[in-house]
Amino acid sequence: MTQGIYTVLSNKALTDSVYKMVLQGDTSALTAPGQFVNLTVEGCYLRRPISVFDWDENTVTIIYKVVGEGTEKMAKWQEGYECDVLVGLGNGFDMSKSGDAPVLIGGGVGIPPMFGLCKRLIAEGKKVKVILGFNKESEIFCKEDFESIGASVYVTTVDGSVGIKGFVTDALKNMTYTYFYTCGPMPMFKAIENTAVGGGQYSFEERMGCGFGACMGCSCKTKYGNKRICKDGPVLEREEIIW
Amino acid sequence: MVNTKVNLLGLELDNPVIPASGTFGFGYEYAELYDINCLGSISFKGTTLESRFGNPTPRIAECTMGMINSVGLQNPGVYKVISEELPKLKAVYNKKVIANVGGFSIEEYQQCASLLDKEEQVGILEINISCPNLHAGGKNFGVSAEGAATVIEAVKKVTTKPVLAKLTPNVTDITEIALACEEAGADGISMINTLLGMRIDLKTKKPVIHNKMGGFSGPAILPVALRAVYQVYEKVNIPIVGMGGISSAKDVIEMMLAGATAVQVGAANLVNPYACRDIINELPAVMEKYNIKDLNEIIGGAH
Repeated sequence: MTQGIYTVLSNKALTDSVYKMVLQGDTSALTAPGQFVNLTVEGCYLRRPISVFDWDENTVTIIYKVVGEGTEKMAKWQEGYECDVLVGLGNGFDMSKSGDAPVLIGGGVGIPPMFGLCKRLIAEGKKVKVILGFNKESEIFCKEDFESIGASVYVTTVDGSVGIKGFVTDALKNMTYTYFYTCGPMPMFKAIENTAVGGGQYSFEERMGCGFGACMGCSCKTKYGNKRICKDGPVLEREEIIW
Repeated sequence: MVNTKVNLLGLELDNPVIPASGTFGFGYEYAELYDINCLGSISFKGTTLESRFGNPTPRIAECTMGMINSVGLQNPGVYKVISEELPKLKAVYNKKVIANVGGFSIEEYQQCASLLDKEEQVGILEINISCPNLHAGGKNFGVSAEGAATVIEAVKKVTTKPVLAKLTPNVTDITEIALACEEAGADGISMINTLLGMRIDLKTKKPVIHNKMGGFSGPAILPVALRAVYQVYEKVNIPIVGMGGISSAKDVIEMMLAGATAVQVGAANLVNPYACRDIINELPAVMEKYNIKDLNEIIGGAH
């Protein structure tokens, strides 16, 4: 983890409520896809933890949904705005377990961390399938990003306006894959847990205090003992999760 | 040159800044970021006899200039604290630390305190009397003078080290509790623990925190803490470790003027992991600005 002042290079709306922000600064603390950053928002006491979409030597890109006071303020940040960010938080996904043909399943605002993972798995020569779950057409984002790096993309919408009608599991149930990685809301996780075969990793969300393991605010019980979502997670292996 | 050294119950502290229990773990998360040997001391994560998971999540809620937590004393239990956590803390921090002790019965406080008392690394025991008394219907020990005194008296019997009684502010008259602790043999008072608070989510229309209520901390509570320390300083003759919303060197000085010999920094660590280091670094300049040569001269100076 590093703390620093980062400069907003761009901050654009992808849908009515989802934004993509590119921040410039030290990214040396990012070591795995699935890690997150924790941003100070003026006027809010606690930082805002946001998962990393992608990063390179000197920029980190995040995608976030406006859900409350903090993210409403973030959506107004202009190019050149400077913010205090903790970077490189959490464990991230373990890519070594993917096998040759993993499937990545993202639901709504759980999709962003799947991109950094997808890009790195493809760079390793893996054949990656991606399932992106949305409610309806107007909420779709990032589909082209996954397609442009060579993933096989399957979109599901609850209302059937685009792609497969239904939930991510409606795409998953007939698929073959060596391993799965997922991030999204809890009802989606429970459906995946009932549908998926073989090993996988889930990236969890929880209300956090610090984001770096000090306050114990986001603890959960696992088969291997208590874990802090922010520090020992957010990614947990399928076999250790207590549902 | 200004003097930031203070003596807390026989411990010579390089400065009065101590991270508060529950906001600093066992130090090593922060040691990844900076050399924590700059800290006056460390009050480590509240320790109970048995390991505890704590309360269900969500355990955290944000407030204006503060936060609510209902972690519920998650800790690995005193045996693991001694065998695993304290050696890890020792590897990154070479001064004496403050052992924060919790309990749900008098016997548990005694057992836990007597085990930590044997640790050379531990300089002071800080007894958190804000835990529910499971033998008395779950009412907190610390909300009655009698309950507080019973815990302190029992702990004093099994320890050789100085004992701080950590008081809850959620009482009618905190000076009564402080006096009862002093009479029961407490060597010092640390105060204040969090204020009982609540937030309600407008979308779900239910409390944000799973346990509905939790402990409110952060800069918003500084005036409450200053008032309470000021009141207690007038009544007791033992040193006070002041805490509640401290986030800057100015806050440290204000708390010492109210009557604190040393201070603890809590919630600030969670939003700025460098908070204690920053406060320590800015302290000499702020002292000079206010013509303070020696921190010892300002303790209780507002009275």
